[in-house]
Amino acid sequence: MNQFQYSRPAEIASAIKLLAKDSNGHFLAGGTNLVDLMKMGVVVTNKLVDINHLPLKQIQKTPTGITIGALATNSEVADSAIVKENFPLLSLAINAGASPQLRNMATTGGNLMQRTRCPYFFDITAPCNKRVPGSGCSALQGYNRMHAIFGANDQCIAVNPSDMNVALTALDATVHVSGVKGERKIKFADFHRLPGDHPELDNTLQKGELITAVDIPASPFNKNVYYLKIRDRTSYAFALVSAAAALHIENNTIKGVRLAMGGVAHKPWRLTAAETFLTGKPVNEDNFKQAAQIAMQGAKAYEYNKFKLKLAPNAVIQALKMASGIAS
Amino acid sequence: MSSKKQCSQPGESTGNSTETRRDFIKKSSFLTAIALTPVTIVKSAEKQWDEKFADIFEKVPLTLEVNGVKHSLSVEPRTTLLDLLREEFALTGTKKGCDRGQCGACTVHVNGVRINSCLSLAITNSGKKVTTIEGLANGDDLHPMQEAFIKHDGFQCGYCTSGQIMSATALVKEGHTHSEAEIKEFMSGNICRCGAYPNIVKAIQEVKGGQPS
Ligand SMILES: Cc1cc2nc3c(=O)[nH]c(=O)nc-3n(C[C@H](O)[C@H](O)[C@H](O)COP(=O)(O)OP(=O)(O)OC[C@H]3O[C@@H](n4cnc5c(N)ncnc54)[C@H](O)[C@@H]3O)c2cc1C
Ligand code: FES
Ligand code: FES
Repeated sequence: MNQFQYSRPAEIASAIKLLAKDSNGHFLAGGTNLVDLMKMGVVVTNKLVDINHLPLKQIQKTPTGITIGALATNSEVADSAIVKENFPLLSLAINAGASPQLRNMATTGGNLMQRTRCPYFFDITAPCNKRVPGSGCSALQGYNRMHAIFGANDQCIAVNPSDMNVALTALDATVHVSGVKGERKIKFADFHRLPGDHPELDNTLQKGELITAVDIPASPFNKNVYYLKIRDRTSYAFALVSAAAALHIENNTIKGVRLAMGGVAHKPWRLTAAETFLTGKPVNEDNFKQAAQIAMQGAKAYEYNKFKLKLAPNAVIQALKMASGIAS
Repeated sequence: MSSKKQCSQPGESTGNSTETRRDFIKKSSFLTAIALTPVTIVKSAEKQWDEKFADIFEKVPLTLEVNGVKHSLSVEPRTTLLDLLREEFALTGTKKGCDRGQCGACTVHVNGVRINSCLSLAITNSGKKVTTIEGLANGDDLHPMQEAFIKHDGFQCGYCTSGQIMSATALVKEGHTHSEAEIKEFMSGNICRCGAYPNIVKAIQEVKGGQPS
């Protein structure tokens, strides 16, 4: 790991000021992604601003829902009584990720910002447009088993690896950020981006901006929820495909539904067309199958991830069945 | 701490021509250089990283309680907690497997919570209490989890074992021991290449008071 300058501010304003002048500095939260990337030489930084002393650890009810501080750890969020009661989908998704030790370190802000696990992104000898813009995409013709089936292009077919993000997009969260120009809110769906012409940018956070909190609005999705994660081993592995389903059911009718997938795109993938189809329909497997088919429109596979074209819709169907209670 | 400057343990040092595995790891990992600094200087110095950056070659003061003993020292910011424990404190019970958060061999407790010390910069733990495998036993009395691992053969080569035991003791405290499936899920952050998993689960079940299946 290269050497760097270190700072440990106690206030949000100082943290922002410390990075304001520097285009190559980084905030350090749990370190579970950044320290790894620094060891691998993928991130070479000259300055680290350790944000662990900022007062951003709260998990609280608000008049409109809950607010989660950027430094609340993944374990704290998953185990929080408020979260388990109101947004059990979030607890399920977080607990499906990483390991207990990592979740004890990983923070909400850091999880939002975690980089892709594409092996070519980690291999500093391989071309990668995300790491070195303009160098090419090694995954396109390479071993692209883990890669995207939605929203990708020839510049980048990497996926966002987070489980937490899949639940947060389904729950319509809002990201609060603070920078030299002041504070702003970003809708979760607009936080992560597709590769487009700038695969080096994972999200719409501006350089030097600090995530301060994630808010989740109150919703009726506190009962019929499921997070299905399919991976190469039962635990402690990134998703090949994951599916989050949250249903609001009354008298066997779907009053409201939220659906999202992970491991399939450069951003957590919300299935809005499938949601529209299901709304107002009765709970049954046939409707779930049709919804999954709608969700798969526009999917495109590469040489080694063709299996995802079948795995993804089946994951959506199974998640819906588990959430609605017609399968266990 | 004076005797702990030595990096290798008796009997582990190298011959002239052959390199031990530990030497290899030492060279391939970054070697930390840490100076002892009087506590008073550390206290006043600690404040200033609030508003400004430490210079690139500057060591940063760190106070740390390790297995019940308080230490004040200064470290390069890039030193991981794992390297600090092994290379400086000579607490080589904590193992370096992957150095990337993927195996759990480096599991220690910080303020009672289990973490991967390989991904934690030492400096971010300032003011905290670290417990390693060396800090579990009470004198000659092994921790019940250590006893249970021995009784149930919860290991073969032993490389993953300190991480497993640190994880297992935290697991019991967390209360994620309601079923065999839950124990397995919440122990999944500790890989065992020898595959001692069934016996590890038995050891944990015994300690949490249930019947080993
Ligand atoms: C072996 C392994 C397995 C894993 N498996 C999974 C998995 O299955 N599912 C999953 O979802 N995740 C998984 N993870 C990833 C893990 O969840 C992330 O590494 C973690 O969430 C990152 O959080 P952190 O606080 O440690 O971030 P850090 O490593 O500290 O930071 C990551 C990035 O976020 C930036 N950042 C941090 N906080 C802020 C903030 N408040 N504002 C702005 N920028 C910020 C940093 O500058 C850095 O660029 C795994 C990680 C490892 C090492
Ligand atoms: S050495 Fe830390 S997890 Fe493998
Ligand atoms: S006992 Fe050999 S790796 Fe676990």
